[in-house]
Amino acid sequence: MNNLVEIRDLRVSFDGVPVLHGIDLDVAPGEALGLVGESGCGKSVTWLAALGLLPGKADVSGSVRLRGRNLAAARRLALERVRGGQIAMIFQDPSSALNPVMRVGKQITEVLRLHRGLVGASAKNEALRMMDLVGIPDARNRFGRYIHEFSGGQAQRLMIAMALAGEPDVLIADEPTTALDATIQAQILDLLVDLRHEMSMATVFISHDLAAVAQICERVCVMYAGKIVEEGPVRHLFDRPYHPYTRGLFDAIPSLTGPRRRLVPIPGAVPDPRYMPSGCAFALRCDRARDFCKQHRPELLPQPGGRQLACAYPVPEARDILHHQEEYQ
Amino acid sequence: MLRFVTIRLLRAGLTVLSVMTFAFVVLRMSGDPAQVLLGPDVPQNIVQDFRDRWGLDDPIWRQYLSYLRAMLQGDFGLSMRDRSPAIDLVVERIPATLQLTIPALILQLALGIPAGIYAALKRGTLADRGVIVMAIIGFTVPSFVMGLLLVLVFAVVLGALPSGGASSWQHAILPVLTMSIGGIGVLARFSRSAMIEVMGQPYIRTASAKGVRWSDVVRKHALPNAAVPIVTIVGFMVGSLIAGAIIVETIFSWPGMGRLLIVSVTNRDLAVVQCILLLVAAVMVVSNLTVDLLYGWIDPRLRQAPPTH
Amino acid sequence: MSPLLEARELVRIYETRRGLLGRSAEVRAVDGVSLRLRRGETLGVVGESGSGKSTLGRMLLGIDAAQHGTVCIDGATMPNPGTGDWRALRARIQMIYQDPLAALDRRLSVAQQLREPLDIHRIGDVESRTQRIRDMMQSVGLRLDQTDKFPHELSGGQRQRVVIARALMTEPELLVCDEPVSALDVSIQAQVVNLLADLQRDRRLGMVFISHDLKVVRNLCDRVAVMYLGRIVEEGPADTIFVDPQHPYTQALVSSVPQPGRALDSRIILQGEPPNPGNRPPGCAFHPRCH
Repeated sequence: MNNLVEIRDLRVSFDGVPVLHGIDLDVAPGEALGLVGESGCGKSVTWLAALGLLPGKADVSGSVRLRGRNLAAARRLALERVRGGQIAMIFQDPSSALNPVMRVGKQITEVLRLHRGLVGASAKNEALRMMDLVGIPDARNRFGRYIHEFSGGQAQRLMIAMALAGEPDVLIADEPTTALDATIQAQILDLLVDLRHEMSMATVFISHDLAAVAQICERVCVMYAGKIVEEGPVRHLFDRPYHPYTRGLFDAIPSLTGPRRRLVPIPGAVPDPRYMPSGCAFALRCDRARDFCKQHRPELLPQPGGRQLACAYPVPEARDILHHQEEYQ
Repeated sequence: MLRFVTIRLLRAGLTVLSVMTFAFVVLRMSGDPAQVLLGPDVPQNIVQDFRDRWGLDDPIWRQYLSYLRAMLQGDFGLSMRDRSPAIDLVVERIPATLQLTIPALILQLALGIPAGIYAALKRGTLADRGVIVMAIIGFTVPSFVMGLLLVLVFAVVLGALPSGGASSWQHAILPVLTMSIGGIGVLARFSRSAMIEVMGQPYIRTASAKGVRWSDVVRKHALPNAAVPIVTIVGFMVGSLIAGAIIVETIFSWPGMGRLLIVSVTNRDLAVVQCILLLVAAVMVVSNLTVDLLYGWIDPRLRQAPPTH
Repeated sequence: MSPLLEARELVRIYETRRGLLGRSAEVRAVDGVSLRLRRGETLGVVGESGSGKSTLGRMLLGIDAAQHGTVCIDGATMPNPGTGDWRALRARIQMIYQDPLAALDRRLSVAQQLREPLDIHRIGDVESRTQRIRDMMQSVGLRLDQTDKFPHELSGGQRQRVVIARALMTEPELLVCDEPVSALDVSIQAQVVNLLADLQRDRRLGMVFISHDLKVVRNLCDRVAVMYLGRIVEEGPADTIFVDPQHPYTQALVSSVPQPGRALDSRIILQGEPPNPGNRPPGCAFHPRCH
């Protein structure tokens, strides 16, 4: 077992309503993992729960192991050491995710003090180096500025600098480019890829943008309604998606080349967690669903080529399916 | 910055001038000082004498102009009652009023803000609900009712504290309490909601995700952000303290400016009333100005003027 | 025959002040934009934040007044905003915004939301209004049992359907959509885009579709205009403009769109900051970022 992070049977409910239905997820050292799915399917909640960042009303169970140590059982102090030190997180909309009344430099040195024991001039110099690293021009003069004095792209760079300051083993990037313009998105994606190689840290890239995930990740998990429904190496999964939901997500992306065509939506919407269907959560929106799907909740089962799938009637091209839901049930 | 301060000062001067003008006009249209001061049985020639002496028969605009002229020369007029300078009468009373208002303000800040913050952090618990209920009682019960209630309990029933007068520091306890309770409630409610709002912001989650200790998340990240709305309400409370002083000093026979104001209004002692109102207006203006300057100090975003479309 | 919509040399300048002591500066949000739209045609307007595309959208409806230039609807100059003539015209031109929750009155049910424009423009009697609301709900794909639902009880996609339905109640000829699907997930986005395409075709609407999403614009629109710092830098048919972009900015924009299967390093990555309309570079506004 040389996984960095191992999440097992992670479950979360808010006010008694389950929103995460048992997630198993591994992150290997240095790998780039993508987590995709529509909003509200539990991508961010998985990591917020793992780091104990959900509000008090959330009920979390399951285990999260970091290098073999269970974080769920850890005391608050130990967890605070992990956050930002071993697992760092960056968020969507950087302009509101950074403290508006604290100088940006200080927000970076705060991490350096907490996780690397740097204070005073050495902290400042290191913070300036981080700002340089993420491409903030004229870092020395902008050290004492406030976040509203930066553009969205610059703010995201600062957030990345802050996250990297703790020299984490894993960076969780939660929709890091969603709020940004296309050309700036490209810059930030580029930066994340470079930094991952440079600092040899694992990256978990949470996004609803499959195309962006395809470009920077090696392995992808597709989540739907609080479960992982398909997982595999990025190339295989994107070339031949097995799960009708994954397939649907791909088909829904309009193409920029080829003939203009009518878009292919997934009908309906993600089910309300309060009224979750008893069988497969996707059955209602799936054109391949049969009676079996409405009665049995599919399990995530291993498939050839390092893939996993939770579907009884996968997309037809997927002939090499190994474990069938019927056998398992 | 210079421009900002200049505009602010001009506006403040305008506010004070409007208050003075308004008070001047209203006072002269709402009753004849000669009648009130001299009583109904005084012969007509004495009344006329009095009116001539104080210029009460001049057209109101002429009275107003000479009032302004005197003001510019630092002359705040004489009390019609005993012909001593109005300003001296007022200044004499300031310490007594400050003896109530300053402790009351300190009490409000020291109890209201921590209670609100505590409730916000313990949101949904019994402690939170307790604070909300106390706060609501605090600011819904009018101060004259609260004052009488406190007198009833501590002075009449328990006999522990004096019910009126100003001869010892114990005399100040009930008036200060009466004056501060409403403000404590307002501040607690306001600090609670400000803090809840801030705790839900993305940057608070970011701070936690960085590994900042919980107590430091509250102290270093949440509190400075919650300070802006709290400072606003503190600015308003200075005003309500002055209003409170008028009522409380009357209930507890405290020899401060508030009571002087009530007495002078009843007697139509124009110069004294005008003098007090001027002072009140000045205090309000200064407190608002302080709040505005504090904003800029607390929140860097407000140092920039908003774009004008 | 005159075009449905014709804008000539539109200019919109905002005044801003920087800092408490700063001098006021001009922000040229829209800087000489001309465009034409025929009935039944869809024009896409793409650009990044600060390109002026949203300001342009509001100007086309007269919500934001132009300092220079004219907007003509059916060959007639747009009346001054706020006048009775302008309000009457508003029945024929409608706007759809990005955030349906903000665009809808949260205290009104779906039926009430849809009735409002009929009341404002005094269209039909009570009975025909009810019928019209039912017909419209069906044509935008809302179920009739959702008639009495409130905005917060609907999903994001359904809310946007309500917004679209409301915009169409007065049977407008021109629809200006400002990022109507940007807040939606791809799967739902496709539903709404298809709905707009169907409605546009069936009703022969003229449509201006403002978006930063090149992929959606290309599949929905007939023509596309690319804006940069308040100006249209390239315009052409949707089929060709993204296949063979001429302007370096369009090239970079196309290149920055992530596409599955295309390697990351083959992209043109624009350096520098997004454009700031308050500080427009002299000459070609794009030159500081041009490769």
